[in-house]
Amino acid sequence: MNQSEWPLWEVFIRSKQGLDHKHVGSLHAADAQMAIQNARDVYTRRQEGISIWVVESKHVHASNPDDAEAFFDPANDKVYRHPTFYQVPDSIKHM
Amino acid sequence: METLEMTQEEQFQARIDADVRIEPKDWMPDAYRKTLIRQISQHAHSELVGMLPEGNWITRAPSLKRKSILLSKVQDEAGHGLYLYSAAETLGTTRDQMLADLHSGKAKYSSIFNYPTLSWADMGCVGWLVDGAAILNQVPLCRTSYGPYARAMVRVCKEESFHQRQGFEIMQTLCEGAPEQKAMAQEALNRWWWPTLMMFGPKDEDSPNTAQSMNWRIKRFTNDELRQKFVDMMVPQAEFLGLTVPDPLVKWNEARQAYDFGEVNWDEFWAVVKGNGLCNRDRLGARVKAHEEGAWVREAAMAHAAKRAERETAAA
Repeated sequence: MNQSEWPLWEVFIRSKQGLDHKHVGSLHAADAQMAIQNARDVYTRRQEGISIWVVESKHVHASNPDDAEAFFDPANDKVYRHPTFYQVPDSIKHM
Repeated sequence: METLEMTQEEQFQARIDADVRIEPKDWMPDAYRKTLIRQISQHAHSELVGMLPEGNWITRAPSLKRKSILLSKVQDEAGHGLYLYSAAETLGTTRDQMLADLHSGKAKYSSIFNYPTLSWADMGCVGWLVDGAAILNQVPLCRTSYGPYARAMVRVCKEESFHQRQGFEIMQTLCEGAPEQKAMAQEALNRWWWPTLMMFGPKDEDSPNTAQSMNWRIKRFTNDELRQKFVDMMVPQAEFLGLTVPDPLVKWNEARQAYDFGEVNWDEFWAVVKGNGLCNRDRLGARVKAHEEGAWVREAAMAHAAKRAERETAAA
């Protein structure tokens, strides 16, 4: 069978002006230009996007889900980072 | 404290029971991974092979409008196949491996595509019945436990309802046309009804994997439940069209609030699954031929990309 498949690319799409690019899936392509063209055909057949980013999957580095607890824990006990932590007198406006 | 004593597998099941999605890098039992790879790739293969019976009719569609619609639908199916292959690849298999399994006959695809599309009314039946059955299968999968699969299914389902509606519209147009056209619609329904009921798979008592799959939430209804839903949905639609479902046992059951219906010919079902349907050899042959004849294009594209990258490095 086939020995070398085309590299895998991750596809990000901006659905409309003013919004950020969002991951929508992946596809195979020989190079970036082909990846963008294929992404148009695979992921925007119904005007789902006005801009496409592609990144070769091997360049994506991710956090490890097994470490998620320890990794994200430090934010858990810092309620004072949220405005609702503070009591503002009723008479104070615009805060 | 209790959670500390739970095995990895119990923790995994607890997450599933709490409707927490499983993502690619999360721990999962081997059997869950294997079952998903089999189910998702089989689904992807069905989309791919599903292009063939309809592709037959693109050049023979009766008007430019119908041709454009059919072309779009077939293109969607290619897209659906690609979403699903990508989802399966997040589980550690490769595209090449999945295609090799399809081409060698090791992997299955939906048996419905091993039936021939003989008349234009078949395009109506494929959309109305076959895609209607597919939607019943697919909508619950939007809530399936594996994240990439669920997300792919959301996209598939959004696009699939156009497929069913265009099929129904073809049937309606034929049924409102000349007597010959209506006869053509009835004849197509006669051929497609039973194979479509087979799409939901064997009876529950003959489907040993269902319980585990339901437990893992990669399947959310049993085969028989979905088949019943399908009959309940379709019989009134056939009546609206003025067509007769080719099953003399179809009858509304007031007590069950559902339609009774006859028994599927399971011998035929297993014969087609095992490769002896009307078109099994044709379909697989067409797939393998397309893949082999496209090999030089895939190689040339890689060579071109490498050359261009080299030029860019030299210029920099």
